[in-house]
Amino acid sequence: MEPALIIEWVIKSAILLLFGVTGFAYLTLYERRALARIQVRIGPNRAGPFGILQPVADGIKLIFNEELIPARADKLMFVLAPIITVLPALIIWAVIPWGGQVVIAGREINLYLADVNVGVLYLTAVAAIAVYGIVIAGWSSNNKYALLGGLRSSAQMVSYELALGLSFIGPIMLAGSMSLVDIVEAQKNVWFAGPQIIAFIIFLIAGLAEINRSPFDMPEAEQELTAGYHAEYSGMKFALFFMAEYIKMIAIAAIAATLFLGGYRLPFIELPAFLGPVVLLVKIIILLFGMIWVRATFPRFRYDRLMAFGWKILLPVALANVFLTAVILVLIG
Amino acid sequence: MVQLQEVTLDELKHLVSDRAIQGETMLLNMGPQHPSTHGVLRLMLELEGETVINCVPDIGFLHTGIEKNMEAKRYEQAEVMTDRLDYLNTVGNNLAYCLAVEKLVGLDVPPRAQVIRVILAELQRIASHLVWLGTQSLDLAAMSMFLYCFREREVILDILELVSGQRMMTTYIRPGGLWRDVPKEFYAAVEDFLAYFPARIEQYHGLLTKNPLFIDRTKGIGVISAEDAIAWGLTGPTLRGSGVDFDNRVARPYSGYEEYDFEVPTDTAGDVFARYICRMEEFTQSLRIIEQGLEKLKELEGAPVRSNNRKFVPPPRSELGTSMEALIHHFKLWTDGFDAPAEYVYMPVSSPRGELGVYLEGDGGNKPYRVHWRTPSFIHLQALPVLSEGLLVADLVAIIGSIDIVLGDSDR
Repeated sequence: MEPALIIEWVIKSAILLLFGVTGFAYLTLYERRALARIQVRIGPNRAGPFGILQPVADGIKLIFNEELIPARADKLMFVLAPIITVLPALIIWAVIPWGGQVVIAGREINLYLADVNVGVLYLTAVAAIAVYGIVIAGWSSNNKYALLGGLRSSAQMVSYELALGLSFIGPIMLAGSMSLVDIVEAQKNVWFAGPQIIAFIIFLIAGLAEINRSPFDMPEAEQELTAGYHAEYSGMKFALFFMAEYIKMIAIAAIAATLFLGGYRLPFIELPAFLGPVVLLVKIIILLFGMIWVRATFPRFRYDRLMAFGWKILLPVALANVFLTAVILVLIG
Repeated sequence: MVQLQEVTLDELKHLVSDRAIQGETMLLNMGPQHPSTHGVLRLMLELEGETVINCVPDIGFLHTGIEKNMEAKRYEQAEVMTDRLDYLNTVGNNLAYCLAVEKLVGLDVPPRAQVIRVILAELQRIASHLVWLGTQSLDLAAMSMFLYCFREREVILDILELVSGQRMMTTYIRPGGLWRDVPKEFYAAVEDFLAYFPARIEQYHGLLTKNPLFIDRTKGIGVISAEDAIAWGLTGPTLRGSGVDFDNRVARPYSGYEEYDFEVPTDTAGDVFARYICRMEEFTQSLRIIEQGLEKLKELEGAPVRSNNRKFVPPPRSELGTSMEALIHHFKLWTDGFDAPAEYVYMPVSSPRGELGVYLEGDGGNKPYRVHWRTPSFIHLQALPVLSEGLLVADLVAIIGSIDIVLGDSDR
C-alpha cells in the first residue's frame, strides 16, 4: 500500500470527523432556531451574530461541568456507554459517498472514504450498535428512570430494526448492488423515492425511531422518564450522548438522501464532481428540517404502541414492498 | 465516601402490595420534582415493567396554611390570600370568596358588577383551560402547543392587568361589588380577543383533535364511569367527560348566570379524550358568555359597581370631604372591618377545574371562625389511583394532565 493513499485516508477521516462534530454543534443551533420560529419564539441569538457562537458556549459550559458518577453505578459500564453510543455515529460516515472523482494536485481523489461492496449491510450493522450504549447506560446508572429508558430502548429496537433493514432492500434491488456509490449512480435520472415510495416512507419512520427522535423519543421521554437513560449523566459524558443523537440525525438524513434522493447527484444534470458535497448537504439540511418540524408538531408514541406499529404495520408493508419490487423487476426483466 | 440513606420497606408496608415487599415489583418515586406532575405532586408508583399496579399520591408539598391564616384576618383582608390558592383561577377564587361573604352578611351586588364578574370569570376560565391545554399537550410531547397556549393566555392576563393593575393576583372583585369600574379600553380589548380567539381554537383542533398520535395517546385511557365519577366526587369537565351534565353555573346559578344562553358540554366516553373535548368546547361556550356579557355591560354603562350598603362597602373617596357620615364609615371599615353573624354558609361556584366551594363560618366578630375550601384538585387527586390502575407510566402522565390539577388548589 502506497503511503500517499494512507495519508489521503487520514485526511479524509479527519475531515469527516470534523464535519460530524461541527455538524452536531451547528445542528443544535439550527434545531433551536427552527423550533423557536415554529413556536413563535426567537431562540438563542445572544452569543455572536445570530447566535452562531452559542454551540461554542454550550461546549465550553459542558466541558467545565462537574462529571458525576452515581455512588452505586457500575463505573466501567457507566463510562463505556457514551463511548459505545457515539462511536457508531461517527464511523457510519465512512461509506457515505459525497461525490465522484476530483483531481487535486494531479491526484485523482474519490469523495468518499470507502466504497464497500456491502455498504448497506455496513450501515445497518453499525447503526444497530448504538442501542447497546443506551441499554448499558440505562442499566449501569443505578437509577430507576434510566433503567426504564434502557428497557424501552431495547423494546423499541426489536420493533423497527427489521422494517428498517427491509426498507433498504428496495433500492438495493433496483440498483443491483449494495455499494452506496453504485446506488447513487443508478439514480442518475430517477430518484428511488419515486418507484420506492413505500420503502422511503418506511425508512423515514424507522429512521426516526433508530435515532430516538420525536415522536419515537421514548427512551429519554422527558415528560415521563425525566430524560430516561441519560438522567444520571453530566458534563462531557452527557455531551457524548447528545452528540451521538445529533450526528446520527445527520447520518440518517445523509443515508435517506443517498438511498432515495439521488445522493450527491441531481437528475439529468451532470454537475462537476466538486459540487457533489454541496448537493448532498442541501438535501441533508432539508431532511433535517423535516425532523425538526415533526418534533415541533407531534405527540410522542407510547412504546407498546410502537411495538405493535412496528410488527403489525411496518413489517408486513415492508415485506410486501420487497415482494412487489421483486415481482415487477422480474416481469420487466 | 458518600453515605446513602435507604428508606426501609417497613415504612411503606401499608401502602404497597406484598409483591413489592418481596421485591417482585419496582417502587418508583415520581416527583415532587418531575416535569409532568404539574407542580410539587409526589406519586409513589408500584410498577411491574412499566405497568402501574399501584399509585399513591402524596400531597402537601405546597401547603401554605392559607385556610388557617384566613381565620386570623378580617373578612376583607382575607380575600387577598384567595388568589394564592388556585393560581390559575385567581378571579374565580375571589368570586367564590366574595359570594360567600355576601351570602353570610346578606349583601347586595349591583347588576353591572355582576356582569363584569361573569366576564372576568369566563376570561379566567379560558386562561386556565389554556394552561391546561398547553401542559396536557406538553405531557404528551406536543410541545409547540404549550407556547401557542401561553401566547393566547398573555392576552387575557393583559386584560386582567388593564382592569386591576395585576396580571394574576388581581383581588379585583370585592365583597359588595368590585374594586372600581373597568376602564374604557376594556371593551375594545375584550372584543379584540373575541374576534381572534375562535380561529386559534380551530388551529388547536387541527393540531390535536384530528392527530392520530394524539388520539392514540388519549382515547380509552383513564376511563371512569359516570357512577364512579360521582362516587369519587369528581366535578367540572372531569365529571362531564363521563356524561354527567352538571355545572354549578346551571345547577346553582350565581352572579346572574341564569340570564346567559350557553351550553354545558358533555361527552360520554369518560376517557382522557372525552375530558379534552369537553374543555375544548368550553372555550367556545365561554366566548359566548363573554359576548353576551359585553352586550349587557354596554346597556349598564355608568351604573354603580359597588353596593350602596355603607356598613360593608366603603364609600367613594369623593364623599369623604363633604360627608361626616361617609368619613365615619370609611374609618370604621378600614380600621375595624365589618362583623358577620355567627352562622355558616357554603358557596359552591364552578371553577375551571370543577366545583369550588367556600365554607365560611362567622362568630359574630370581624374575622371568620372557620374557612374551608372544597377544592376540585384535592378531590380529583384522590381518584388518580383508580384512573391509572393497570396503565403505563406514559398514560399516567396523560391522566394527570386530564384531571387538570393545580397543587396550590390542592394543598391549602
